[in-house]
Amino acid sequence: MGLAKRVIPCLDVDAGRVVKGIQFIEIRDAGDPVEVARRYNLEGADEITFLDITASSDQRETMVHVVEKVAGEVFIPLTVGGGVRAIDDVQRLLSAGADKVAINTAAVHRPALVEEASNHYGSQCIVVAVDAKQVEGGAEPRWEIFTHGGRKPTGLDAIDWCRRMAESGAGEILLTSMDRDGTRDGFDLALTQSVAAAVPIPVIASGGVGNLDHLVDGVLEGGADAVLAASIFHFGEHTVGEAKSRMAAAGIEVRL
Amino acid sequence: MSSLTVVDLGTGNLHSVAKAVEYAGEGVSVRVSSDPAVIRRADRVILPGQGAVGTWFKALGAGELRNAIDEVIKSRPLLGICLGLQALFDFSDEDEGTPGLGVLPGRVMRFSPPAQTNGLKVPHMGWNNVNQSQQHPIWKGIGDGERFYFVHSYYAVATHQEDEIGGTVYGHSFTSAAASGGVAAVQFHPEKSASAGIQLLRNFLAWSP
Repeated sequence: MGLAKRVIPCLDVDAGRVVKGIQFIEIRDAGDPVEVARRYNLEGADEITFLDITASSDQRETMVHVVEKVAGEVFIPLTVGGGVRAIDDVQRLLSAGADKVAINTAAVHRPALVEEASNHYGSQCIVVAVDAKQVEGGAEPRWEIFTHGGRKPTGLDAIDWCRRMAESGAGEILLTSMDRDGTRDGFDLALTQSVAAAVPIPVIASGGVGNLDHLVDGVLEGGADAVLAASIFHFGEHTVGEAKSRMAAAGIEVRL
Repeated sequence: MSSLTVVDLGTGNLHSVAKAVEYAGEGVSVRVSSDPAVIRRADRVILPGQGAVGTWFKALGAGELRNAIDEVIKSRPLLGICLGLQALFDFSDEDEGTPGLGVLPGRVMRFSPPAQTNGLKVPHMGWNNVNQSQQHPIWKGIGDGERFYFVHSYYAVATHQEDEIGGTVYGHSFTSAAASGGVAAVQFHPEKSASAGIQLLRNFLAWSP
């Protein structure tokens, strides 16, 4: 009995459509974010994260409509990230029904945005998304923050940055290893562990999940408060329920 | 048709609360409003809120809106959610000390930092068990110990045991649900707690204290 570790499926949404070839049985339209969110909710997802990867700014408004629709019928926390640049973007997504908004690149460009947003809306709804990559040099492993999908180095030390974001009022850190993202080799556990130990706020581990044991490792070895995964759920390999059963069997407190 | 007003103090995800109530109760007319007249006309009222309690009380003010809430508390079923629960107590330590509505005797305090609690993160965020310390109509059809979604950095402790209807443990026990007369309040977010949360809202809509 106690606070459960969370399992969070993540959906990439491009111009209002779910991308990354989702394969569900018995689902009418696997590209419809509302249908997919409904399905994850039934499977027992603790939250759902939408990542808006829409490139063109004139289609940004589509995400707002997606959030509105999902929030009207899926009653679990919804996090929305991608393209959040200013306080107005935060406001628009929260009013549409998002519970949390993830800020990534914009926080690097203007760290004060995180402070302003959390002062205004409360830190509970401000997630700072961090893309980290291991860098050479030094005896101990070191990670740096990268932006633009891992292409642009910033020179910022990942652990220092997460600490600073927590002090600025972030309510949570969504930590993605750019080395592991898409590899299916499992989370970067050393990175996860270092950040989880460094900040007083919850940490969501992301990037690299290829099987259910990776989720277990993220919590037990990485010390993550929540685990996020995309492809193992999307491709119908595993349900959220199966993930939780595996975690429970490993002695992790989950909501079943 | 019965009517319900979600009090709009400009904080928190009011849209979600309204949508969840519409989903839970067929034929309920739901409004989100800060207009004292609209609040007075409603059959039931929900007092939601997130963020800082000082900001919340500033938005409530000392004028007609505050009077309308005081009136509703005495005359109609009211459900406080999250900050709405904390506001009903005597006093909160938040924002250098903030006096509450004083409906429920007790105090609101901040969770200790992880360094003092063997690593418990603040905010307390996620799904935790709610132990039903007392029977109450809002628990109808909900199992004792059911998990609900929490997100908060301050917690309340009711002075009188008879006011606490639900308790939750995060490092220590706190009051996660309270009730007195026609007022019920929950620290968690029923509007974000999947089917158990919808059931609780449905119970509130059916409740006649």
